[in-house]
Amino acid sequence: MTVPVGAIKEVSMFLRDGLGFDHLKTVSGVDWIAKNEFEVVYFVGSLSKPGMEDFVISLAERVPRDDPVVPSLVDVWVAADYNERETHEMFGINFQGHPNQSHLFLPEDWNDLPPLRKDYVSPGR
Amino acid sequence: MTVESEYNPDADRIMAVSLGPQHPGAGHFRIKLWLDGDYLVRSEPDPGYVHRGEEKMGEYRNYIQNVPHLERPVILDSSNILLPYSLGVDELMNSTVPPRAQYLRTIMSEANRIISHMYFLGILGIFVGHSTIIEWMMGDRDYWIDFAERIGGARVTFAYIIPGGVRNDMPGFAVEKGLKTCDWFDKRLDEYDKIFFKNPLFLQRTEGVGILRAEDAVKLGATGTVLRASGVKHDLRRDEPYCAYDDLEFEVPTLQTGDSWARAYVAYLEMRESVKIIRQALKKIPPGPVRLKLGPQPRVPAGEVFARTEAARGEMSYHIVSDGTPRPYRLKISTPSLKNLRVLPHILRNAHVADIPVIYWSENLWPVEFDR
Repeated sequence: MTVPVGAIKEVSMFLRDGLGFDHLKTVSGVDWIAKNEFEVVYFVGSLSKPGMEDFVISLAERVPRDDPVVPSLVDVWVAADYNERETHEMFGINFQGHPNQSHLFLPEDWNDLPPLRKDYVSPGR
Repeated sequence: MTVESEYNPDADRIMAVSLGPQHPGAGHFRIKLWLDGDYLVRSEPDPGYVHRGEEKMGEYRNYIQNVPHLERPVILDSSNILLPYSLGVDELMNSTVPPRAQYLRTIMSEANRIISHMYFLGILGIFVGHSTIIEWMMGDRDYWIDFAERIGGARVTFAYIIPGGVRNDMPGFAVEKGLKTCDWFDKRLDEYDKIFFKNPLFLQRTEGVGILRAEDAVKLGATGTVLRASGVKHDLRRDEPYCAYDDLEFEVPTLQTGDSWARAYVAYLEMRESVKIIRQALKKIPPGPVRLKLGPQPRVPAGEVFARTEAARGEMSYHIVSDGTPRPYRLKISTPSLKNLRVLPHILRNAHVADIPVIYWSENLWPVEFDR
């Protein structure tokens, strides 16, 4: 399911409170360099609603590569914390409202493009 | 006359300490601790010391070349990290894996779960000062490694579960060896219970330490043994059966207390279930081919898949995006350790310094797994 960036907060609130999607699995980023877009995908499941354990919804949003700013969903799902931090450092996507966007895995003095962007080429390639 | 002291008891009594990254008990991983005397005020995990860029590496290699390097993050649990990848690629290619391969995948994945849990319980034992259990676990673990070696050919990194099935068939004598190991291990499990889990010293160190409530576990995204020790009955093998799990009978052990003891005991109970699963699977395994012919460079149709399985530590999932070329466009690995890492600062709150290793190890975190 792809939603516009402006609506993701309301949609995620509705998923959590209205439909019972309370267990965030992971946050993934995809660099669609040909379309000049980043995609951020939240995978959310439900544990409290019986019969929904085998169901995962993917909540995606797309932002232009030149200005990648999306709202952070940490206050909806706390579990998004480290996943959003990782997506931030690996793609350079800015999660607005995230309490701490410092580097999680990369060295503090990383001085190059975010490494999972398609235009970053690993040394020796 | 009194002199106003510049000493500020509130600020100066807090001491910042770094646990790791060279600490032998923390793995290649650091936790920043803020201590007030003997108690923890705040903690902040600082991973990244063993980050290898598995996801970027995956984009440079084709779907078969990805198999051996993807199991490096969790060499203890190497079959379980490859299983969701293989399931994902199978789903993208729309291929049906032969039933014998489904059973072999199940057997290997359960053997790996036992190998991983034994290592976990051994290390936890040594950190509460119980040095017998680490000797027992490391010694007995070798019998399971022997069993896995007879199927997979290697002792640690098997590269056994591949897209389209498994790499090779199991030799006939592995069945007999496996059933023997199961019978022997069932008796051994009773002994672990007596010497370790019902040991008053172990109980004293772990009961009521690092409590995680069920609602917090769900909110913080906990998974695997950490989640089930808090009373949430969620296991993908039962809730979303894959491979041969639908045909096999087993329980999902759950405990209610959510403390360090429960997290360790759930892993112990899971080993019992794994033995049951292996025994049934070895008896029920159907004959037939074990892999599909994919060739060295399979073409995977364009598409997107989210595949997940229950690994030893919890839910292991992959988000694979294919653009129709022989290499994945994006390969996101989501490991259970990273999910449980978010829980760590929460259950470490107000802990006693001496309890930090106990709480940390009761979560069964694996630094290389969350760094990838």
